[in-house]
Amino acid sequence: MRVAAKIASFQLLDVLRSRWLFGYAIFFLLTTELLLRFGGDATRALVSLTSIVLFIVPLAAIVFATIYVHRAREFIELLLAQPVGRGAMFAGTYGAMAVSLSAGVVLGVGMPFVVRGGGGVAGAAAVLVGAGVALTLVFAGAGVALALHTDDRLRAFGIALGVWACAALAYDAILLVLATAMAGAPLERPLLVATLANPIDLARVIMLAHLDISALMGYTGASFTRVFGAVTGTAIAAASLAAWAAGPALLGARLFRRKDF
Amino acid sequence: MIEISALTKSFGSREVLRGVDLCVRPGRVTAVVGSNGAGKTTLIKCLLGLARPDGGDIRIDGARVGTDPAYRATIGYASQMSCFPEHLTAREVTRILLDLRGESAVIDWELFERLALAPHLDTRVRALSGGTRQKLAVALAFLFGPRLLVLDEPSAGLDPVANAVLKDKILSERSDGKTVLVTSHVMSELDELADDIVFLRGGRVGYAGSVQKLRVFTGQPHLERAIASMMKREVICA
Repeated sequence: MRVAAKIASFQLLDVLRSRWLFGYAIFFLLTTELLLRFGGDATRALVSLTSIVLFIVPLAAIVFATIYVHRAREFIELLLAQPVGRGAMFAGTYGAMAVSLSAGVVLGVGMPFVVRGGGGVAGAAAVLVGAGVALTLVFAGAGVALALHTDDRLRAFGIALGVWACAALAYDAILLVLATAMAGAPLERPLLVATLANPIDLARVIMLAHLDISALMGYTGASFTRVFGAVTGTAIAAASLAAWAAGPALLGARLFRRKDF
Repeated sequence: MIEISALTKSFGSREVLRGVDLCVRPGRVTAVVGSNGAGKTTLIKCLLGLARPDGGDIRIDGARVGTDPAYRATIGYASQMSCFPEHLTAREVTRILLDLRGESAVIDWELFERLALAPHLDTRVRALSGGTRQKLAVALAFLFGPRLLVLDEPSAGLDPVANAVLKDKILSERSDGKTVLVTSHVMSELDELADDIVFLRGGRVGYAGSVQKLRVFTGQPHLERAIASMMKREVICA
């Protein structure tokens, strides 16, 4: 743990000095600030912000993690040639990435609400920040796993974009088309499974159930809350999202242990 | 002493090491040579635990190379690609390794001084030239006074002065009883340094023995011509 913390502290320093991460935090800060100032009431601003967070955070996390691991590959080799275990090396690298990306979301999205004393939607804003952090963990883990699995940098980058596009753009649309084509069939159970299978849908369910705006939940999310109700649905979605946050990181750790550098 | 027996390693369907048997003698400079793709870097990576062998056994001073990283405390390594985190300074990169090695590590700053790295220590890696990065990589390999030095194309990108400093350091380490394993495509360089040669061909050991014996065996006085002669031979000899 001590070794992992040392590795993480230096990796974190490297990441924090890159302008990219600074720009990421500033983007969320400006977007949140503008929405709170000009986006109508705080609830409407939060709904708009939710869409942006659910769209941008997974993209930024998976792309950044994929590129970072590929660029750090030779340095990882040098550190692994020291008396350092692979577990500590992975924990340090992933930890630094997860902390820095999460900090971008927490500061960028959270700060304008903190300055306004919560703006009347403190609870929902905190849930949104939490969902953003969870999605960061999920997609940063996926990016790391992808970079470890695919040695070709361009190919890994392309797959990362594909994963994001499937989860953020195509998933609900494909399910809607399928459900329409299979109208009349008992689809409730498959749709529940479909919601659990997409962390972005889970984050959307948690967020919009909190705001009680089922019209914006998307096809799978609406079905999810219809079956479970808002409270139970939120609890199940939160537990599933937590499992999602751990899954890709564990896969990454497993790939890292077996990787030939 | 490094003892390697029946070492095999494949990447997908490509067999890179096909049963390497090798003994690297302590207190000597051993050069690993061979054409591109012969398995030099893979052999080094197996030795360092960076690649997992499919079969065979590697022992360093009697201890089996496995999943316990502790054995690497006695090894210094410089790779042929000296890439460090771009936003860290050279001093911070050095600090990471010092922190990982712990308080008990013996520190040898000689190469930092002789390669004139001091003025660059507070410069971020992204602003360093390729040659300076390579100097840093080489200096880091010697930093902890390791008993075994593994140098994969260490002179790539070094200017002649730095290269001479590196050669002097390798020879001085050898005279202190350290073991040096080095790869290079520059045969004239190895001619000056190497006591022993390991010639890899197609993932197997084509020759392992002293430079002197290789010269006698091939009838060539210069190492470069002796190696070229070995490359042309079809028959594998040990």
